[in-house]
Amino acid sequence: MDIRSQIAMVFHLDKCIGCHTCSIACKNIWTDRKGAEYMWWNNVETKPGTGYPSKWEDQDIYKGGWEKKGGSIKLKGAGKFKGLKNMFHNPNMPVLDDYYEPWTYQYEHLFEAEEGDDQPVARPVSLITGEPITPKAGPNWDDDLGGSQEYARKDVNSRNLSAAEQEAMFQLERMSFHYLPRICNHCLNPACVAACPSGAIYKRGEDGIVLINQKKCRAWRMCVTACPYKKSYYNWNTGKSEKCLLCYPRVESGQAPACMHSCVGRIRYLGVLLYDADKIEAVASCNESDLVQKQLDIYLDPNDPMVIKMARANGIPESTLTSAQKSPVYKFVKKWGLALPLHPEFRTLPNLFYVPPLLPTMAFVENGTYETTSESFWGAIEKSRLPMKYLANLFSAGNEKTIETVLKKLMAVRLHRRNETVGDLPEKEVSDPMGEVKMDKETADAIFRLTSLPLFDDRFVIPAAHREEAMEMLESTADVKGNTGFGFKEPPERGM
Amino acid sequence: MSWIKDLISPKTRQWEEFYRNRWQHDKVVRSTHGVNCTGGCSWNIHVKDGIVVWETQALDYPLLEKSLPPYEPRGCQRGISFSWYLYSPIRVKYPMIRGALIDAFNEEKAKTGDALKAWENIQTNPEVRARYQRARGKGGFRRVSWDDAKEIIAASNIYTTKKYGPDRLVGFSPIPAMSMLSYAAGSRFLQLMGGVNLSFYDWYCDLPNSFPEIWGEQTDVAESADWYNSKFIACMGANLGMTRTPDVHFFSESRHNGTKTVVFSPDFNMVAKYADKWVPVHAGQDGAFWMAVVHVILKEYHYEKQTPYFIDYTKRYTDSPFLVEVNEEDGKLVPGRMLRAGKVKKYKDIEKGDWKFLNIDAESGDLVCPGGSSGHRWDGKDGNWNMKFEDAETGKPYDPVLTLLDNNDEVLQVEFVEYGQNKFAQRGVPVKHIKTADGTLKVTTVYDLMMAQYGIDRGLGGDYPASYEEKDAAYTPAWQEIFTGIGPETVMQFAREWSRTAETTNGKCSIIIGAGINHWYHNNLIYRAGTMALMLTGCIGVNGGGMNHYVGQEKLAPSDSWGAIMSGKDWQAPPRLQQTPIWHYINSDQWRYDGNQADYNTVPKNDFSGMHSADMVAKAVRNGWMPFYPQYNKNNLEIVKDAEKAGASSDEDIKKYVVEKLKSKELLHAVVEPDEEISFPRVWYIWRGNALMSSAKGHEFFMNHYLGTHHNSVADEVADQFVKDVKWRSESPKGKMDLIVNLNFRMDTSALYSDIVLPAASWYEKTDLNSTDMHSFIHPLSAAIDPVWESKSDWVIFREIAKATSELAKTHFAKPVKDIVNVPIAHDSAGEVAQSEIKDWSKGECEPIPGKTMHNIVVVERDYTKVYDKFIRLGPNIKNGLGAHGNSYQCTDFYEQMLDDRNHVSKLDGKEYPSIYEDEEAANAVLHLSSLTNGELAHRAYKVAEKKTGLTLCDLSEGNKNVRMNYKDLQTKPHRYLNSPVWSGLLTDGRAYSAYTYNVERLVPWRTLTGRQHFYLDHEGYIKFGEHLPTYKPSPKPEVYGELRTSVATGKAKMLNVLTPHGKWHIHSTYGDTLRMLTLSRGMEPCWLSEEDAAELGIKDNDWVEVFNDNGVYCTRACVSARIPKGICIVYHSPERTYSIPKSQVRGNRRAGGHNSFTRIHLKPNLMVGGYGQFTYHFNYWGPVGVNRDTHVLIQKMDKVEF
Repeated sequence: MDIRSQIAMVFHLDKCIGCHTCSIACKNIWTDRKGAEYMWWNNVETKPGTGYPSKWEDQDIYKGGWEKKGGSIKLKGAGKFKGLKNMFHNPNMPVLDDYYEPWTYQYEHLFEAEEGDDQPVARPVSLITGEPITPKAGPNWDDDLGGSQEYARKDVNSRNLSAAEQEAMFQLERMSFHYLPRICNHCLNPACVAACPSGAIYKRGEDGIVLINQKKCRAWRMCVTACPYKKSYYNWNTGKSEKCLLCYPRVESGQAPACMHSCVGRIRYLGVLLYDADKIEAVASCNESDLVQKQLDIYLDPNDPMVIKMARANGIPESTLTSAQKSPVYKFVKKWGLALPLHPEFRTLPNLFYVPPLLPTMAFVENGTYETTSESFWGAIEKSRLPMKYLANLFSAGNEKTIETVLKKLMAVRLHRRNETVGDLPEKEVSDPMGEVKMDKETADAIFRLTSLPLFDDRFVIPAAHREEAMEMLESTADVKGNTGFGFKEPPERGM
Repeated sequence: MSWIKDLISPKTRQWEEFYRNRWQHDKVVRSTHGVNCTGGCSWNIHVKDGIVVWETQALDYPLLEKSLPPYEPRGCQRGISFSWYLYSPIRVKYPMIRGALIDAFNEEKAKTGDALKAWENIQTNPEVRARYQRARGKGGFRRVSWDDAKEIIAASNIYTTKKYGPDRLVGFSPIPAMSMLSYAAGSRFLQLMGGVNLSFYDWYCDLPNSFPEIWGEQTDVAESADWYNSKFIACMGANLGMTRTPDVHFFSESRHNGTKTVVFSPDFNMVAKYADKWVPVHAGQDGAFWMAVVHVILKEYHYEKQTPYFIDYTKRYTDSPFLVEVNEEDGKLVPGRMLRAGKVKKYKDIEKGDWKFLNIDAESGDLVCPGGSSGHRWDGKDGNWNMKFEDAETGKPYDPVLTLLDNNDEVLQVEFVEYGQNKFAQRGVPVKHIKTADGTLKVTTVYDLMMAQYGIDRGLGGDYPASYEEKDAAYTPAWQEIFTGIGPETVMQFAREWSRTAETTNGKCSIIIGAGINHWYHNNLIYRAGTMALMLTGCIGVNGGGMNHYVGQEKLAPSDSWGAIMSGKDWQAPPRLQQTPIWHYINSDQWRYDGNQADYNTVPKNDFSGMHSADMVAKAVRNGWMPFYPQYNKNNLEIVKDAEKAGASSDEDIKKYVVEKLKSKELLHAVVEPDEEISFPRVWYIWRGNALMSSAKGHEFFMNHYLGTHHNSVADEVADQFVKDVKWRSESPKGKMDLIVNLNFRMDTSALYSDIVLPAASWYEKTDLNSTDMHSFIHPLSAAIDPVWESKSDWVIFREIAKATSELAKTHFAKPVKDIVNVPIAHDSAGEVAQSEIKDWSKGECEPIPGKTMHNIVVVERDYTKVYDKFIRLGPNIKNGLGAHGNSYQCTDFYEQMLDDRNHVSKLDGKEYPSIYEDEEAANAVLHLSSLTNGELAHRAYKVAEKKTGLTLCDLSEGNKNVRMNYKDLQTKPHRYLNSPVWSGLLTDGRAYSAYTYNVERLVPWRTLTGRQHFYLDHEGYIKFGEHLPTYKPSPKPEVYGELRTSVATGKAKMLNVLTPHGKWHIHSTYGDTLRMLTLSRGMEPCWLSEEDAAELGIKDNDWVEVFNDNGVYCTRACVSARIPKGICIVYHSPERTYSIPKSQVRGNRRAGGHNSFTRIHLKPNLMVGGYGQFTYHFNYWGPVGVNRDTHVLIQKMDKVEF
């Protein structure tokens, strides 16, 4: 057992508003500069939809992530060696049209226009060419099903749905959508790290954050191809690739990442997971149907004395162990089995888990009349609007049972709380669904509390970074105290 | 895996400082956003190297009850974008002026050497005036110095006041709660001048008229944390994810605590995602659904089951046991007025017997006169204004009879009208015979009338529906389907689950409602329909219950102390506060294009309901129902001089003179001659708002009639066929405004079209206060950095304008003058019992008696040299006491205490006053003197309330007596305000604020006729308009609404109902022009179309389209989506015409406008009545609202796109 510590996350999609406050918190701090305009380390997508960059999930196009080859796995697209061959021509890389042409407006014109015979206006102009443009794409172009024919209907996740099922998804009376906020998954088996010819990408030992060394990066852009989530971006100004850094400067000082701090839907949770690094290879190369369960198995019980002992032996600090024991992520992912990885079939073992959304119950239309009634108080999970198969394609490599179980657990908690706070439902309507998912009242209450009532410190349990220990490897910490911040700011040295 | 290596060499990780350097910053300051979003979020503004770099949400809100989720973090995608503005290319950095104007001014000034003379020469030369008016909005801005800008402003102030009177100076600034001192700055200046403040809440159509109708309250609602207490939430017309972004977590979190959520919305929207059930009621037809819900509730839970909680609640807290006369009219029996106590022998001699009402005691069968009515409020006696089950005249306890079903003298067949299908029904109603001096009256209860109105068959005979399936009978579940498209089963299940929840939890069902409903023409009826369900199941005044209306940040918590500062009442009263919808309707000449409302409104036929809205405005102004400034077709200052010449020696004489001249029609109200030059408003200050675009319903009419610049309207003028009192002038006036001054931090449409743009400090650069109804904290705005470039805070700008104006007055207007101020009959005053019937003195129906049959007239002295002196000092009238919403308290000692603070004292003419020269001094004055932030004052206010009501109330403030808040306290940490009778929710021990818990738990009456919540509205005008009982009326039809008379759909165009709900990427127009929001959306505000309609029109996603009608045109790109139903399109409120707008091809290659280009105002006349209980004017409380949801447009693809 090679126990390591990983900062992991849960996003509760039932609570997600799709407001994009997270995206802007991130942009304001990290990517509000030339070359980074189009980078959305944090973005939010409407599902069904094609996302950002467009159709990123379609690995037939982008060749991201890993594929199983026999008993092992290999990068689907650009590996170190394959990449070298394609150094000057990487056909699997998203191009500007897959992202968008960043633009601004001629705001100055409103102030400077000479008096004319009609009103001046600020036209959109390209941030790349400076020429007037009509925007045709953006980082959130298909928000709330905008352009559903062009985008939502082309969602790769509905590929294996029947034509009738697909049509029903876009019939006004039967439709639904939800949001999918995304950041770097800081994977256990990161394809970006594996693909980098310069060795510039690494996973930090103390917290598992995956970073691109801005000094070492040589702009091969293999990480852009390799990341199946398209969360590595090339900065055309500095000639380096950049990606979400989980706000390590904030995390190191005990603050939640900016996107999580600002999550006004209160959907985000962050905490430590302990895992057995020895198992990564085996898990990443298992059969698709086992992927979710095997990944969950890799995370260890932080209260297990054996785990604690082995973790200590591996140099994991006591403060991290305590943090792991309080981790809200451990509860959602392992203890309650409510959160699932996004596209586990990419085999990178992502560390961001999603609680899938409950959606309105189905309605039907007969002779132009819309009816939405239900047998039970909230209606059956099986009658929610998005096909279970669709959600399974997102979160469980196609296993519908896994999704259904999670949603039924969420519903059991709601029924239990209805019973506690109102008590107007027939006993059986509560006890049967509780029994079906083996939910006891104590667990239901604990799930309810962490879902509905959590304070900031319940949502974000951030392990101590012990920066002093990192510093003292190089110099006296007392000196650092006096010296820190002195020096001249230099822009990163460009490219190769 | 071999390639995952731990980097153990710490050196290789030294580069990590790259990102650490970015995060490091120098300072964090608390501020918020002064934008009308109702969010009121606390933010940390990060400063690095002396500039603002980003903002993050504050997390340090005090917790409410442990059972509630916390408020952190609050703040949305728009708020977090704000820092972009500070250094952006759209920032206004320096004072700017229109080139054509400054050239003309400089030329005249060079000639005359005098600013005032120069201004006069420009204004009296029609060509010069038209020249710069034509240039409005067409570029040609010049940078000027602050002094030069102020000189022109001061000259226009003095010139206008002298020539036309001060009521030609107007100001528009919306929603004070979002930055209350910035608002107060301009209003204080204007009121000290004698100018006019335009209301906003009604203009924005944010005012839910049903609240005054039912509760006598402008608006009072639950804070968002209280949603979590609700166990069944119906959400309609409010897209919580989109518009209540920082609050919606309480909604989703409540679901995980066992709450059921049902969302009503025609499109599948952001909040529909959270629904347990999504009910796509046809746009604007929600009222029909609720009428049927109430049908089920009344039948099953009131009549058949008689649910004890519901019955008890209805008896005690609503008007349902009150007696109503049944009258014969044209051979039919109809419900009439409530029975007045003074009519019956037992009470014939009581004080204000016309304003006290009757119940029947269940035990004795006698008539009783419950306390708490408006008569008890204004009869000069204390202790009877309460909701105890006590006869206030005799002191005897009673138990009210709710229905006469089992104890009546006869059953009469009374006529009820169903307006949806225009059907008349005769239904049995039980009545009692009451002997009065006028003979025997037949009376029933409000409750019995409702049972009949809703068609609940109780065996009384007549046209009652036999079952829920009966489609033709109001208001069955089958009936509603005709209008909503929703099946009856859905209604029944909804009504039963709702009732069951309310019964089990004692009223924890709530409605969250918003602009998606309130902006319809018949919004008051839709709201009443829903509120009926809440009242009949005891869900009002209960935590977790409530009619929770969130449209506009109207809740200015410390309104008591702030009100005095903003209106200049600390020096002189009364202020001129204008009801804006009627003002713009008349002044921007939109009335000229309006047909008769009776043609698109659904009203019974009679003289009153058949009037043109312009004539109704004139009547309302004459009768003192509504204010209107400019007041007369003559300068007020001249009228006083004439009066004095005619021998008037006292204020009373002057008043008398004016009344006589009005009666003889030698003097006319300006409202009846709005298009004569003498009646024009002249100088317009716009600050904190976008008066010419997002707030300009009928924008193109503003462009034409106010600004005198180009416009894209092709509407035809038709009102000459209808108006009788308002004078029709065949030539349509153009360019009424002499000068438009705009304070702004960004170049929005209003700035672009103004004459002078003054650079305003942004929300991270000034001191101010902010409150909202979404939570119970008062937040500061703070200067994270000093105002950038040459910008200044609004407080400082108006202070300096006041100074420049007073300086100029010293040479040009040195002597004090007398002004006469017309004041409408006011809510929360004895005027509530002024007019028991409608009589018009101008038609000889009664004598003109100020304050009784007509508006009041008050003589005010104005010294224009002293406006600045007063502006910067808190005046002595504070010592007369403060208050709001009918509550008051004394605070002389606290005023004097301010003088002990020697660093904040200012001397004038040998006397000392608290200084409010600086913004922060004004903020501290508000906090020091408000009952919301000074516990002792709250205590005093409760004492006053105790005396009036005869109830025990002071315990509510006992624990807070020592609390004092100041501005610096608020900067340190969010502070929750205190219990105060100024507001109706209770906050003790972290309890979530829920409106009317004070009334329900403490038996303090609502400020209505009966003191109870009203089902029945017995005003004569309401009866004539057919809105006395809750009812359903269909939306106006586009054929008669008059917005598509000239624009005809040619081959490729199609008519759609255009909805303009609040959007995702802006708060009104603010933020919409930021690069952040434009990048995350589609680079402009698109027109959302259904896939079917788009296909029919040959429009593909992102194609350019024109959205137009007679009023004007908006050009944008299409967003084609499966979530939009056929027949409607959505243009989210509110784009600007400053960015991304091409030229319109349907309107002659001129720049197209914004979404308000296709809107025009249509007033609902019964909302103008006044002088009667809760139907009495107050600023932003009462009057017709600026509806815009019923608008239809034509859509067509653009073949040619030109900028």
